[in-house]
Amino acid sequence: MYAIGERINGMFKAVAAAIQEKNPEPIQELAKTQLAAGAQALDVNVGPATADPLAAMGWLVKAIREVTDAPLAIDTTKPEVMRRGLEMAGPGSIINSSKGQQDQLDIFIPMAVEHQASLIALTIDENGIPRDANGRGEIALRVVAAAMEKGLSPDRVMIDAVILPVNVTQPTPGHVLETIRNVKLLSDPPPKTVLGLSNVSQGTTQRAIINRTYLVMCLAAGLDAAILDVTESEMMDAMIAAEVLLNHAVYCDDFLKAYRS
Amino acid sequence: MPFETPVEKWASAVNTVTIGATSAEGGTRASTVTVGGDTSLPFLQFEGKTPHRPVIAMEVLDVPPEEWPPPMAEAVGDVSDDPAAWARKAVDEFGADLISLRLVGAHPDQQDRSAEGCAQTVTSVLSAVNVPLIIWGCGQADKDNEIMPRCSEVAAGENCLLGTAAQDNYKTITAACMADGHKLLAEAPLDINIQKQVNILVSEMGLDLSRIIMYQATGGLGYGMEYAYSIMERTRLAALAADRMLSMPLLALVGSECWKAKEARSPEEVVPEWGAESERGVAWEATTATCFLHAGTHILVMWHPRAAALVRKTIDSLMSQEA
Repeated sequence: MYAIGERINGMFKAVAAAIQEKNPEPIQELAKTQLAAGAQALDVNVGPATADPLAAMGWLVKAIREVTDAPLAIDTTKPEVMRRGLEMAGPGSIINSSKGQQDQLDIFIPMAVEHQASLIALTIDENGIPRDANGRGEIALRVVAAAMEKGLSPDRVMIDAVILPVNVTQPTPGHVLETIRNVKLLSDPPPKTVLGLSNVSQGTTQRAIINRTYLVMCLAAGLDAAILDVTESEMMDAMIAAEVLLNHAVYCDDFLKAYRS
Repeated sequence: MPFETPVEKWASAVNTVTIGATSAEGGTRASTVTVGGDTSLPFLQFEGKTPHRPVIAMEVLDVPPEEWPPPMAEAVGDVSDDPAAWARKAVDEFGADLISLRLVGAHPDQQDRSAEGCAQTVTSVLSAVNVPLIIWGCGQADKDNEIMPRCSEVAAGENCLLGTAAQDNYKTITAACMADGHKLLAEAPLDINIQKQVNILVSEMGLDLSRIIMYQATGGLGYGMEYAYSIMERTRLAALAADRMLSMPLLALVGSECWKAKEARSPEEVVPEWGAESERGVAWEATTATCFLHAGTHILVMWHPRAAALVRKTIDSLMSQEA
């Protein structure tokens, strides 16, 4: 599974403070810790409270680039902030994210092509989040068609079927699983699938076990990537075990160590 | 409709490993042998590269072999009691890319040769030939732990391939390899999971993954070869999918396995319907080696010079298509 570390996000106090004080060390530490814990890419989000998100994104990416060349998922809804992040991060980055409605796709798909980036597309459109898997699949199909039309290969599109907290809407985890399976049938090569995992447990009292269990269920359904807290080692252990059980990785007695090496 | 060749995109490649060291590199070999670096399944030139040709190591034993089939005795001739002369013949006449020296005489059930005696054999073979050396113990763990450090020491700087490290006995030989600048042969009993585990264990001792060659205790044609084939193929697929713990080149023991088979060694008078004894073993060995080439083997350890010659021709023809 392609693991995208979620911790460099201005919603976390330490990150917000570092941005405020222009202190790169906590950011760089978070980058290194997450990569050491198994992240293959790092999500970068300046958070809601930043006064100048454009400058903050530029500063964040520069700080991270001083310690790693790992792909970055530039996490913003604002096109100009996205563009700045992509320019600073370099080719191979991930756009996180576009909604599945045409006006947004018209902006972010050409941006992905121009910056040799992958594109995370949410199954949300002008009507909001669909009620079921069919609605999600329809938006995913529109995204893939638009990408192909504009020269972005479907395997550089990552469909995020938008998980909602289980204590808010209990049918949604099932709808998302179904969408993950269905999306693979949309094109050849098929698009990738991704999930902002932690949202499933938002507001619940047993977040870790819900995250871990749902991650394994999604992997079994064919999930390719997740934005998650890679420093939760029990969750990563569960993910690695799932990768072995799905025959994505060759078993050995030290399979946890082997996967992390 | 025109045919379009399906091409797989792979994430990674097999490691590239060099055995032997020239004087410029601190050894005394005239040339070195480099294997691996493949970026596709074996010999799929339309898909990737096979940058280094597979090589043939000829096996030499430290003591005269017991109960050798007549075609082997005839081929090796009167040098079978002199490992240095045997090695020289293997290079000069049989065209060996490397010598694979097996110290079977050290086995307690054989001649129980001493570490010093084995080390002398290693030294004499190193002086007799200028190709790289593979050095194997006798296969008895305790005895190998006694002889291999000394053999490693006298070959220090020659960048030999030392075998073998196994799941339940890897520390001594790995330490020797690291101390004396050799490559390591990591062994598994025809088991990809154990192979991966052995690689992890030796790498945790600090041996770089780029210094390992993998050896699955192989069966020959008719003796589980298809199982060995599928394991080698799966290993290659794992390497191409960027499993760092399974990305090392592969070695196969072909000669010793094939010449164990009754099909290779039964006398003609016992099974006349099986054809000439002089051809049967050679064909058995050449066929097995060719299959292992296609499974992704990089180093074939062979016995009979005519089988080796046939396989070399096959390698020539497979590699001639390389751009």
